[in-house]
Amino acid sequence: MIAEAGHYALVLALALALIQSTLPVLGARWRDPALMSVARSTALAQLLFVALSFAALVTLHVTSDFSVVNVYENSHSLKPLIYKITGVWGNHEGSMLLWVSILALFGGLVAAFGQNLPMALRALVLAVQAWIASAFYLFILITSNPFLRIAEPPIEGRDLNPVLQDIGLAVHPPMLYLGYVGFSISFSFAVAALIEGRIDAAWARWVRPWTLMAWIFLTLGIAMGSYWAYYELGWGGWWFWDPVENASLMPWLAGTALLHSAVVMEKRNALKVWTILLAILTFSLSLLGTFLVRSGVLTSVHAFATDPTRGVFILLILCIFIGGSLSLFAWRASALKQGGLFAPISREGALVLNNLLLTTACATVFVGTLYPLGLEVLTGEKISVGAPFFNLTFGPLFLPLMIAMPFGPLLAWKRGDLLGVAQRLTAAGVAALLAVALVWAWARGGATLAPLAIGLAVFVIAGALNDIVERSGVLRLPLASAISRARGLPRSTWGTMFAHAGIGIALIGIVCETTWNSEYIGSMQPGDVAKVAGYELKLDGVTQRKGPNFSEMVAHFDVGLDGRPLSAMTPSKRNYPARGSSTTEAALLSRGASQLYISLGDTAANGAVAVRIYHKPMVLLIWFGPVLMAFGGLLSLSDRRLRVGAPKPARTVRGLQAAE
Amino acid sequence: MQARAHFYTSPRLRGEVGAKRRVRGTLHESNARREAPHPDLLPAKGGEKEKRQRHFPARGQGWKLIAISLLLWMAFAAVGAGAVQPDEIMPDPVKEARARGLSRELRCMVCQNQSIDDSEAPLARDLRLLVRERIAAGDSDAKVLDFLVARYGEFVLLKPRFEPRTLLLWLLPPLVLIGGGIALWINRRRAGSVAEDPALRDLTTDEHARLKKLLASD
Repeated sequence: MIAEAGHYALVLALALALIQSTLPVLGARWRDPALMSVARSTALAQLLFVALSFAALVTLHVTSDFSVVNVYENSHSLKPLIYKITGVWGNHEGSMLLWVSILALFGGLVAAFGQNLPMALRALVLAVQAWIASAFYLFILITSNPFLRIAEPPIEGRDLNPVLQDIGLAVHPPMLYLGYVGFSISFSFAVAALIEGRIDAAWARWVRPWTLMAWIFLTLGIAMGSYWAYYELGWGGWWFWDPVENASLMPWLAGTALLHSAVVMEKRNALKVWTILLAILTFSLSLLGTFLVRSGVLTSVHAFATDPTRGVFILLILCIFIGGSLSLFAWRASALKQGGLFAPISREGALVLNNLLLTTACATVFVGTLYPLGLEVLTGEKISVGAPFFNLTFGPLFLPLMIAMPFGPLLAWKRGDLLGVAQRLTAAGVAALLAVALVWAWARGGATLAPLAIGLAVFVIAGALNDIVERSGVLRLPLASAISRARGLPRSTWGTMFAHAGIGIALIGIVCETTWNSEYIGSMQPGDVAKVAGYELKLDGVTQRKGPNFSEMVAHFDVGLDGRPLSAMTPSKRNYPARGSSTTEAALLSRGASQLYISLGDTAANGAVAVRIYHKPMVLLIWFGPVLMAFGGLLSLSDRRLRVGAPKPARTVRGLQAAE
Repeated sequence: MQARAHFYTSPRLRGEVGAKRRVRGTLHESNARREAPHPDLLPAKGGEKEKRQRHFPARGQGWKLIAISLLLWMAFAAVGAGAVQPDEIMPDPVKEARARGLSRELRCMVCQNQSIDDSEAPLARDLRLLVRERIAAGDSDAKVLDFLVARYGEFVLLKPRFEPRTLLLWLLPPLVLIGGGIALWINRRRAGSVAEDPALRDLTTDEHARLKKLLASD
């Protein structure tokens, strides 16, 4: 009953989306307020029905209703409640339902909070949202229905893949999807602007908060996925340049560029056409990511060819939306007037450079991810493009980006004074040189690049602080007045500072982890001691333990430093009988930003356990950086100027304009 | 998929892998059917895996099926976590470091995007041992790579060589950068010189004086 209700709710949502796709467009064309306002109510109703459908699937999973295929294949009655819930999106059908739920959520948010948008623009934006939604409802209903029943219900489910039974993975997909799908709003705004043939600074002001919101979620989602891979996969890697990771990195790069170009558009009314194009590209890359991940084309071109229904369907969606929006762009973009001239050395110029480098980085990831697929389809030859390629091509692009980063916010609009800015950055430069010297002296004989990279990171961090220090006058004014001045600074200035500093901090983490990582690989018997980076790790013993739906072998380590006992660490290996599979649960011990990491390998006949112990210096900074960046984004989002629905005073005027 | 099956139907590998499996099976049962804890199993990525499982019958339907599914597991699963086993490590730390470096550039061909340094699949182990064998025999890094390419094809390299068919792959990033730069330059020239915009010109000395006066009187 619940399954059928959920299915029916989804069909109703599709019907609503079809109405929302058409009537508001006609309304905008005929300037009919009644038709235009249909968009708002259908968007809200759609959200309601999709939420009902999603709730139905959650209920089925929680109650372990194994008469539903999706629950049978991905759940188990003994699974802890939290993983019963997260198992909903731990599979293809459920995660697509989550995708459309979030899409409906964003549509509902625009409907609810976009009252100050010009009526025609809002109607068009919601209509474009409904186009996307309709396509994906159809996809789910036709190829990936999560509510299908089994004729003879089995008594027990097949359990969720154990590596997914983890709290990190519980939160990672919703975060990632909030980012992916959030960019649909910027896309819809861009397409709506192209249809209207009108775009101005106010448009950028409306788009920016949505883009920023999506960007924050995507940043956190990627960082969380990376941390999950780090502790769950058991070999301490945190970024693999896996196509699936690249699929989320590409929209992030394009989205970051979009955020910056939207600033230029809002403040200076320039880069209009480019901003529109970026908005289209960012969401197109999100769609591409969905295609890559969902179609199975990554696993193998042949797998795609043998079961192509889903893949072809998404490919079709991809072609229609990307092709359609780009054609619309080619047709209408010339109608948009360019505005705002600026000199190459200016804030605008710096942001253009940022865009150029980020787009190139995005193109690099794009070609590296898709080239092997393309080559195999065209010639049948197989090549691999992996981490060494990306490290070589992607890294150098970030170098100029990071050097330019502190300069950008200090340059004046329209025409900047590079020499003046360089002078203002003297302190940051000195700090960077000092850092290079210190690190070089400390790690003599080590890698030569590492101290330089750390120096660059320090330059970025100090440069980010520079603006705040100067503008609050903390070095030349009494503390009290400096604090009050600092408080008076726009939140977006603080946001920039945190986001830029976050990049520098992440870079420190990356450099330290890759350069000074130490490891111990060996077989240990109880009583053996391993020495890693000054720590002594003694294997006390190995015990067996039983969990709700798994049994595990736990190794007990005593960790000491210089003879003093510090802590205990208990890495384990879990065996999940329902799927006959096992996972490695690494043990982590944080010391400041550094971590000790133990993961277990196989047990030999004589009772010796293969053990891998890593000491990863400053590794936590790799994820602390993105968290800071997201925090910076949040601060910017809370800036009065940018608050969702900010330009209130003009509301009535704009409403009249639109309805004329 | 075909390519992977192909690797395991080659007699050499089938023999080797089969033998290793038997040894492993007697030693530790848990390894027999371990799933790959690998990023490609993120829920957002489950599509292919889900499909795969639907295609193969459930376990426990006769030993033949078990044997077949085991074989398939070997073909698909990038087994396990961490890779280099204690017994593989070379006595000479310099050579071992070279081996590790090379391992990171070589693909475990039965895995999804894992280097043989990361993968615990039996094939990756074979390749790691092979790399170490070649290094011990005195090969240079380039010669080791050549050897592996001759044996397994270009697919084994995670960083493709610069050749005609990978031209676009290697040249696209710089082309985008340069092309973007040129496009910006042309766009600027078309948009007109900045100097024509009065707002962007510097103040004249006259205007400077007036500005000073206005500021002073404020």
